[in-house]
Amino acid sequence: MMSVIKRLGAWAIMRVREMGRMLLFMLSAFAWLVRPPFRFHQFMKQLHFIGYKSLFVVVLTAGFTGMVLALQGYYSLRKFGSEGLLGSAVALSMIRELGPVLAALMVTARAGSAMTAEIGIMRITEQIDALDTMAINPMQYLVAPKLVGGLIGVPLLVAIFDVVGIYGGSLVGVDLLGVSEGAYWNSIASAVEWKDVYGGILKSISFGLIVSVVCCYKGFYTRQSAEGLGRATTEAVVLSSVLILVCDYFLTSVLL
Amino acid sequence: MIRLVGIEKKFGEQSVLQGVDLSIPVGKLTTIIGGSGSGKSVLLKHMIGLIQPDRGEVWVGDVEISCLSGMRLNDVRKQFAMLFQGAALFDSLSVFENVAFPLREKLRMKGPGVAKRVEEKLEEVGLAGMGHKFPAELSGGMRKRAGLARALVMEPEIILFDEPTTGLDPLLAKSIHDLIVAMQRRFGFTAVMVSHEIPEIFGISDWVAMLRNGKIALMATAADFQRTTDPEIREFISVGGTVALPGSLAG
Repeated sequence: MMSVIKRLGAWAIMRVREMGRMLLFMLSAFAWLVRPPFRFHQFMKQLHFIGYKSLFVVVLTAGFTGMVLALQGYYSLRKFGSEGLLGSAVALSMIRELGPVLAALMVTARAGSAMTAEIGIMRITEQIDALDTMAINPMQYLVAPKLVGGLIGVPLLVAIFDVVGIYGGSLVGVDLLGVSEGAYWNSIASAVEWKDVYGGILKSISFGLIVSVVCCYKGFYTRQSAEGLGRATTEAVVLSSVLILVCDYFLTSVLL
Repeated sequence: MIRLVGIEKKFGEQSVLQGVDLSIPVGKLTTIIGGSGSGKSVLLKHMIGLIQPDRGEVWVGDVEISCLSGMRLNDVRKQFAMLFQGAALFDSLSVFENVAFPLREKLRMKGPGVAKRVEEKLEEVGLAGMGHKFPAELSGGMRKRAGLARALVMEPEIILFDEPTTGLDPLLAKSIHDLIVAMQRRFGFTAVMVSHEIPEIFGISDWVAMLRNGKIALMATAADFQRTTDPEIREFISVGGTVALPGSLAG
């Protein structure tokens, strides 16, 4: 029994230490972000990679999420004769919850894993050491632009996710199931408040930060082997996803 | 001059360096030899601050770098360049862009000045006209040459070579050694090389140091090194195939 408690304690201490290291890693990246030289092309490259290149998968996911939400919502609301509220149900679910969470999970799977693998390979092949020897700080050159890419890219993707999801809901609700178009859009206009939009933006910024920090950190401290790189990529995706969901719960509790 | 004083380094329970004292002569080619896993590369990385010692001091000129970090360490590193075992070329950049990288990112150089300097270095290492290729398209020897061009382009005072001929056939290894020596003689930089290539290193090095049991067992000029009477060192270099110089046996 004691050994189980001991092992559990050791595991907990290790996790807390890692979280602390991750926090210091993030602060260091932000500190390097505000120091010259500013590499604008690196920021744009990361924004393109995290934002634009995730667009297809995000649009696809958003469309089908909105569609299935409308389908489920319609059959639930019909029982109470409230089909007219379908638009608000879809829009509020999208803007407050599903948009930020699902878009962030998609970015984690597509761009986050690639970030970890890229930085990890650079670590294994001594490319990060090479940057150091050239007196170019890897935190400034590699990590800071990815952080900015995540912070700006994820909220933009979430905005697109919300819009596409709502249109997906309209496609199923209005065009397939026959809900009145006016009722669908009017219910959205009357139910959605700015507070909901701000909440979604706050969540998406937080999730963007989580994805980029966790994935860069795991890549940066990859162990020197192919197996280590594989493990780092898996850990990055799993930890980012779990932290997104945990953070979502706490943010929702505060924002409600 | 690089000076290491009482360097100790442990990785977990394994003690790799156990009090290394070493001074690297300025403007000379010094080679560090030693068994596999004896800590040669670790020692080399201490010289440029890539690894911090657990104990001891690393002096570069009159600056002690083992306690430096960030911008202050970067200031010292401006004197250095390093050629890694696998060349460490950035695989998303072409050879030209790799060589131009420190000029553009560190010196913030732009325009035709960069192209001129890069082409010049590529020609010196025998890679003229190869600038458009990507590292994945290059052979092992060509990658090392490209790495050397990148190291030379900033015209550093000190270049560190971490096993520059590992994985190359003897002819290619010789060509890389010849190139390193030619560049060192021409530009006069201080060179520190970690190598397993015995006996070739005795023909190209000014000084040779041997790392054994975490300490420098012997540092001498290449000729004196081969005359050592230490039986373990003699065995190490003779297994490598060196021919004993006349008189060394008598000693």
